[in-house]
Amino acid sequence: MSEETSKAAEIADKWRKKRGSLIMALHEIQGIKGYVAWEDAVMLSERMDVPLARIYEVLTFYNFFKLVAPGKAVISVCTGTACYLKGNDKVLEKFKSELKIKEGESTPDGMFHLQCVRCVGCCGLAPVCVVNGKTYGRMTPEQVPEILEEWKKAFKED
Amino acid sequence: MADMAEINKRFDIHEMANAKRAEIEKYVCNIYCCHSTGCKSSGSDDLIALIHSILNEKGLSERVRVVATGCMGLCAQGPLIRVEIKGKKDVLFKRVDLEITKAVMEDYVLKALDTQGEFTPPENLSEHILSLDLPFFKKQEKVVLKNAGHIDPEDIKEYMAHGGYLALEKALKTMTPAEVVEEIKKSGLRGRGGGGFSTGMKWELAAKVPTVDEKFIICNGDEGDPGAYMDRSILEGDPHAVIEGMMIAAYAIGATSGWFYVRAEYPLAVERLQKAIQACKKNRLLGNNIMGTDFCFNVDIRLGAGAFVCGEETALIHSIEGARGTPRPRPPYPTNKGLWGKPSCVNNVETLANVSKILLKGADWFASFGTETSKGTKVFALTGQVEHSGLIEVPMGTTISQIVNEIGGGVPQGKKLKAVQTGGPSGGVIPAQYMDMPVCYEELKKVGSIMGSGGMIVIDDSSDMVSLAKFYLDFTVDESCGKCAPCRIGGKQMLTLLDKINRGRGKQKDLDLLKQIAFAMQKASLCGLGQTAPNPVLSTLRFYENEYTQKLLDAPKEDK
Repeated sequence: MSEETSKAAEIADKWRKKRGSLIMALHEIQGIKGYVAWEDAVMLSERMDVPLARIYEVLTFYNFFKLVAPGKAVISVCTGTACYLKGNDKVLEKFKSELKIKEGESTPDGMFHLQCVRCVGCCGLAPVCVVNGKTYGRMTPEQVPEILEEWKKAFKED
Repeated sequence: MADMAEINKRFDIHEMANAKRAEIEKYVCNIYCCHSTGCKSSGSDDLIALIHSILNEKGLSERVRVVATGCMGLCAQGPLIRVEIKGKKDVLFKRVDLEITKAVMEDYVLKALDTQGEFTPPENLSEHILSLDLPFFKKQEKVVLKNAGHIDPEDIKEYMAHGGYLALEKALKTMTPAEVVEEIKKSGLRGRGGGGFSTGMKWELAAKVPTVDEKFIICNGDEGDPGAYMDRSILEGDPHAVIEGMMIAAYAIGATSGWFYVRAEYPLAVERLQKAIQACKKNRLLGNNIMGTDFCFNVDIRLGAGAFVCGEETALIHSIEGARGTPRPRPPYPTNKGLWGKPSCVNNVETLANVSKILLKGADWFASFGTETSKGTKVFALTGQVEHSGLIEVPMGTTISQIVNEIGGGVPQGKKLKAVQTGGPSGGVIPAQYMDMPVCYEELKKVGSIMGSGGMIVIDDSSDMVSLAKFYLDFTVDESCGKCAPCRIGGKQMLTLLDKINRGRGKQKDLDLLKQIAFAMQKASLCGLGQTAPNPVLSTLRFYENEYTQKLLDAPKEDK
């Protein structure tokens, strides 16, 4: 068993006896790899005694869960009302054209994943983007190439 | 028994509060740094570290206290730092970075500490000073947000030093559950999540259902309205107030355990809530025989996973149970048949945050704020095209003009106010001519909008209302759970028609059809999401039909 799978098994065992725990377990499993893999879902189904269909029913209903590996840097463009009024659509377009991908897609090298999210709750800083948990406020399309460079550099250093 | 007395004393909230107050009293200077999601993302962590290192270097850690607080309100000007020195006026610094923080410390704090009497911050900091006499601060009335921005939300003792858990003690030791319900009923508190149902009545209904084995109290923290962050800020800034409110509610209705349902998009709020619950357990405020009484109660957190419909109480309950968040017809209401089929009472974060204040200061005090039918205060996330975008709290009945023009400082860049939108994707627009209307549940309804959870979006005259309506409809169509046909199909068809009109390809009959589908959706949808989804379209049609008809006349735009 790989380290990741054993971690997933631990999560399943931890939540198995608690009530209302499926979504919590899925959150934690997604926390390991950034998505919920097929084998993890199967394992979860067996260990938690939940039908696999039920697990996929939940996984596909909620926006938060991913079924395929996202890029290393997940770019979330806020599409809340304040960000919309302040022109975040232009920022999104710039990301799309720079990365040559559409929203919900990853770049072929697996570096970036672009997604739209509902309000991140930083409306005072609108328009807002979040990359791997780091928030960029008062965004302009001109900042997009800088942000991409920043992350490319960060990954090179790793 | 002597041990028991010793333990009781150790966990006595008065003792803990007094000790904390004495500790705070020792400091001559308090530096409050906003540490909520907004300011944290602008780098307030580094600023706090820098302040600590300067204080250590100068040997001032004994005299100066640094407090990482919740939201101070004026998010657009963050990160914010407030310096409070004994005998001197408070100074609030805005848009600080590392360099400015250093200057604040060296040129203001250190010098002011060495000066008797008033000390004016030097010239080089003047552009970073935000006057605390601004209408943004002066015109607000803070009840729910009283502690946010003033205390460290991660320190339970600081909450106690500010009167925390006294209301719980009062309820448990001096009131019967029925008296608590009566007090909340008398206060006129109504659900702050948007529904506006009397909280006291809801508790009364929940209390009447006998507790066979279990009864639940659920806190709805699934704040899905895009453009609103009241609940996030309350949970981040003062999590204990919500927990205390929930415990009082549990006592009043006879609940055996509590559940927090919070959006997964709010990691900081979840973290602070978790820490607060841990601190309660450690200090014996959760568990068995709380405060030496017969009251036993525990809470747990469950996360959402990005589904707007889960703000609807039956969908929320399904989500906690680990299923798809689809609503079901009511009745039976959750108060009779809720989580795992057991009686459950669902209250919003802000509603619960009001409870301890009402019990401590009395229903009459609470009812002295607001209008005839809408009592107390309301927190709003004031955003969009407004000068001072941020989190505010005003008494119910404050006019929209007071909120937007005085507190919010009006529309920037010389543009004119066109409308204000409340209630998010379930609400409507209020045109500029209604600006003197008081904000309360009934008045907002009259003009076709709703109170909602507290998103208030200012729209200037450069905005196109048809696109705005399409923006909201796009959202609700995407978020429709798909269970009932009126919402699933109606929403999609409305969106297609709206898109056609927006591209200049619409006909008059499309506009008529749009209205027809909207009315059908309002009448036939299963839950609030579908019933209110047409509101943004109907409301913009009501006041700005000319913008729609203009699009019918416009030349068609190129197809994408």
